[in-house]
Amino acid sequence: MSEITTDVVAHLADLARIALTPEEIETLAGELGLIVQSVAKVSEVATPDVPATSHPIPLVNVFRADVPGPTLTTEQALAGAPEHDGSRFKVSAILGEEQ
Amino acid sequence: MATAKIMDYDAAIELFEPVLGFEVHVELNTQTKMFSDAPNPAARGNVPHEPNTTITPVDLGLPGSLPVVNEQAISYSISLGLALGCSIAPSSRFARKNYFYPDLAKNYQISQFDEPIAFEGMVEVELASGKTFQIEIERAHMEEDAGKLTHIGGATGRIQGAEYSLVDYNRAGVPLVEIVTKMIIGAEADAPELAKAYVSAIRDIVVSLGISEAKMERGNLRCDANISLRSRADVAFARASGAPLPLGTRTETKNVNSLRSAERAIRYEIQRQAAILYDGGTIIQETRHWHEDTGVTSAGRPKSDADDYRYFPEPDLLPVEPSLELIESLRAALPEAPAVRRRRLKNAWGFSDLEFQDVVNAGLLVEIEETVAAGASPAQARKWWTGEIARLANASSVDPSSLVSPKYVAELALLVELGSLTDRLARQVLEGVIAGEGSPAEVVESRGLAVVSDDTALIAAIDEALASQPDVLEKIREGKLQAAGAVIGAVMKALGGSADAARVRELVLERANA
Repeated sequence: MSEITTDVVAHLADLARIALTPEEIETLAGELGLIVQSVAKVSEVATPDVPATSHPIPLVNVFRADVPGPTLTTEQALAGAPEHDGSRFKVSAILGEEQ
Repeated sequence: MATAKIMDYDAAIELFEPVLGFEVHVELNTQTKMFSDAPNPAARGNVPHEPNTTITPVDLGLPGSLPVVNEQAISYSISLGLALGCSIAPSSRFARKNYFYPDLAKNYQISQFDEPIAFEGMVEVELASGKTFQIEIERAHMEEDAGKLTHIGGATGRIQGAEYSLVDYNRAGVPLVEIVTKMIIGAEADAPELAKAYVSAIRDIVVSLGISEAKMERGNLRCDANISLRSRADVAFARASGAPLPLGTRTETKNVNSLRSAERAIRYEIQRQAAILYDGGTIIQETRHWHEDTGVTSAGRPKSDADDYRYFPEPDLLPVEPSLELIESLRAALPEAPAVRRRRLKNAWGFSDLEFQDVVNAGLLVEIEETVAAGASPAQARKWWTGEIARLANASSVDPSSLVSPKYVAELALLVELGSLTDRLARQVLEGVIAGEGSPAEVVESRGLAVVSDDTALIAAIDEALASQPDVLEKIREGKLQAAGAVIGAVMKALGGSADAARVRELVLERANA
């Protein structure tokens, strides 16, 4: 497990668009470090024949049939938008691009 | 936009070896989206929708909404994986790809990361020259498409200089399969054509499976082209010294929305990168945008920390574990691979490379196949479809297949082969068939277009023609057989073209020497 440094916290905060003060970064680095260490204890008891798991319930293949259902009206869709042009959401121009 | 310096293509290939890689996104044409039951705008035969009308709370990522996987999209993805020669993962998972951009409202895209549904495949790609390449597929994974942004203000809808953007989430959540190739080495000067042929091969495969509308102009099929160059001198040095072969810095060109752009964009990037490297510069690892209108790429976002997507397993979705029965039933239902089918037909029909390529390019494989199945010879079927029918279709801007059925074309071809119709008469019959006058036999009957096969009528016309051209008669008697052409022409004209030219020639020679 890589160490949680202040640089790592600053980087994550940047990726998550969270503004943190240097003091907060310092505090969080310590706290996150402790959390990661605690979680890492699990690997001490996990043997290689225990597969990594993402879901605690042994359930797979939950699907739905390919049948259209009701949709939102444009008004409903735009109801929570701070700004819109009547049919589309309006956002400030972001210098970026589709991923 | 400053115009970049480019190097002559042949010179670039002489100095550098291109290394390629493609990411092709295929929109599936299921009725609903990947994770919601909103109607899929990319569904079969779907028409454009008003903005933000095909969305549900799931597509907007509203609090409390939960995604549920579309079963049909899973089947389609497995079929595509199998058609790409991939192994299907016994267990695969969805993952969140986290990024902030308003094309998705929930700040992440549901995709697949370390456990794609299909992996390790192979696609055969054939160039116009007949040369084939085996393109290795690394993986094919499922994900959701993003919404569409329209940039307002700024030049021609581009992001640069835009004042604000308008977002339509109709496309958000459309089922996508992203097909990623392994590094492609050895394409050399064929790299641009290979790009086009690869995208075309993927399109043929999804069309044959019927799982996507596959229209590039509508964005149903999109290609990101990765390319890097390495100097041949460096490669030779590494080989000689046993060192690992070097790899150049790559760029990823997006917005490649037609087969032609795939070819042009790769060619342009090779020329651009070669010019930079030749001048001692370095290639910046970045996304580049292809501009169809100007034929150049421009720099987009540089690859950086922002590419740290912090993938993690999607907690709202359970693993997908297709049963062997499902996989095998989908495998059994796969159509013949397009490349295999083409090879089979080409061999069966005995066409030259050029003839066959013409048929493929004209999109007439199915028509000719059905015409041959209806009894025509392959040569006749090709002649009619790529000749007269294509000409008439072109003149009225319609598909050749919409003019006449393969069954009637076969009947027409058969009448010509039996000598009941000359080519000229057959063209008139075709006109009648297209005009809706019935089958070829019915048109022959109603228009009275049968060949004059009664030798008496032919002989009378020949004798007359020979009598009126004594100089020609003399030449034929001297053994100058090509002179007979003038008499044959006169006879055909006298009979209004309703005679079999070969039979006329036979009789002309017979009568001249009688």
